[in-house]
Amino acid sequence: MMMHIDVSSVLRQTVSCELYSNLVTRPTGAAVRTQIEALLADSRERSLTVIDFSHVGMIDFSCADEVIAKLLLRYASAERTDREAYFLFRGVTDDHWDAIETVLERHSLALVLETDDGARVVGMVDDGERVAWEKVYELGRTGPADLASALGGQESDAEAVLDALHRRRLVMRTDEGYIAVGGIGIRHD
Amino acid sequence: MTSVITVPPSLDDHSFEQVVEQLAAVPADAKVIVDARHTRWASPFGLTALLTLGQTRSERPSFTAPDNEDTSSYWARTGFFRHAEELFDLHGSVPKARGGESTVLLEITPVVKSEDVHEVVGRIQQKAQQILSKELNIDAKATVGFAMTLSEVCQNIVEHAGRGGWVAVQTYTWRKRLGRRVVVIAVCDAGCGFRESLESAPGRVRSDRWDDAEALEEAVVRGVSRFRDPGRGQGLAGVRRYVGRWDGKVSVRSGRARIAIVPSWDDDVPLQEKLAPFPGSQVQVTIPERVAGGPR
Repeated sequence: MMMHIDVSSVLRQTVSCELYSNLVTRPTGAAVRTQIEALLADSRERSLTVIDFSHVGMIDFSCADEVIAKLLLRYASAERTDREAYFLFRGVTDDHWDAIETVLERHSLALVLETDDGARVVGMVDDGERVAWEKVYELGRTGPADLASALGGQESDAEAVLDALHRRRLVMRTDEGYIAVGGIGIRHD
Repeated sequence: MTSVITVPPSLDDHSFEQVVEQLAAVPADAKVIVDARHTRWASPFGLTALLTLGQTRSERPSFTAPDNEDTSSYWARTGFFRHAEELFDLHGSVPKARGGESTVLLEITPVVKSEDVHEVVGRIQQKAQQILSKELNIDAKATVGFAMTLSEVCQNIVEHAGRGGWVAVQTYTWRKRLGRRVVVIAVCDAGCGFRESLESAPGRVRSDRWDDAEALEEAVVRGVSRFRDPGRGQGLAGVRRYVGRWDGKVSVRSGRARIAIVPSWDDDVPLQEKLAPFPGSQVQVTIPERVAGGPR
């Protein structure tokens, strides 16, 4: 199941003035996140949601903490076993990045950004996770053996890093293998 | 008995201490007259801090406007008298406000609730970009950080002060210390202040030294917040990072202490203790014009 959430629309529903396009203040962030969570409430046990910042002017640290960090902490975590929620962030520009990067560092989080030429993983990932994620993204659907072969490493190491990426909700685990968030079936051209 | 509090000829974050020292000798419920007749200039900090002074008095104070017409007229254009008349009995020549002051990036604006911060950020963005890039020679990309900084310092009022305050943003040439143009954000409130805010954290253990100065060090330098949420405390840390990137300065006064992150171009004292007491928190952020070889 895939869902698209336009954050600026959620923002306008949340604050009283139609003209506000900036994600600022902690109460606003909390309200926007609550609205997003309400939209996610009906999702199935595995869902991918595009969080779209394309029409958001700017975001400050407090709001980024409420909207992004707390959303990822709640859903993109191995602690939550009843539902696997994955997020792809779209429309994030330099104007948003400072605040987002800060909160990702603060909470040791990572996320997948959709870019002009595909997708990339950003935030707190180590080199091994990054290389593995990029290879999974490149290969499409893959398993530990294929990844180990592509990276020239041990299958057990590949399995461990795939498991770590899955626990961080940066790759999706399916019956046929792993798919990078932002990989196949995601584009909306 | 009525006490006269004399406002210095030039009112900024440093000379405001003269006002606070005079106030310290006056009981909180005594009538005061704030006499600005001989004041010729005031920074946004000075003007917003004067308004918070009005908030602190239980007996409605009086305020005598500057004799100098240019000064008085400028204060009117910043919106000062419009807010002052709600707090003081105004005396002297108080001109009607007229628009069109180009150095006032954001006229004095009350900050009480979250929506006020939206309003402030929305109003500043377009003008800030023009001023930062054209007048201060700072990359237009810095505009977003500037708006974020403004948002975070205003949020301190909404989240922690317990009562409303004011914000003002202005550009001017800072001849005394810098000889360059600067853009200054001033955010002042007369709320509970940093020490009381941090003391309200559940289970907080105070050190032997615990005072306003340590509270400021904890909040401004170490990013400690009264909330246990690990995501808290990022606002002021972000402000510090932005200010550092653009060779700027941030100072925060609260209670009896004042802390400053001091750039190389300034000779301010990093931490002042045992100042005369003044309620709430008063924050000033200064971003200087970029010169060749400076931060980009």
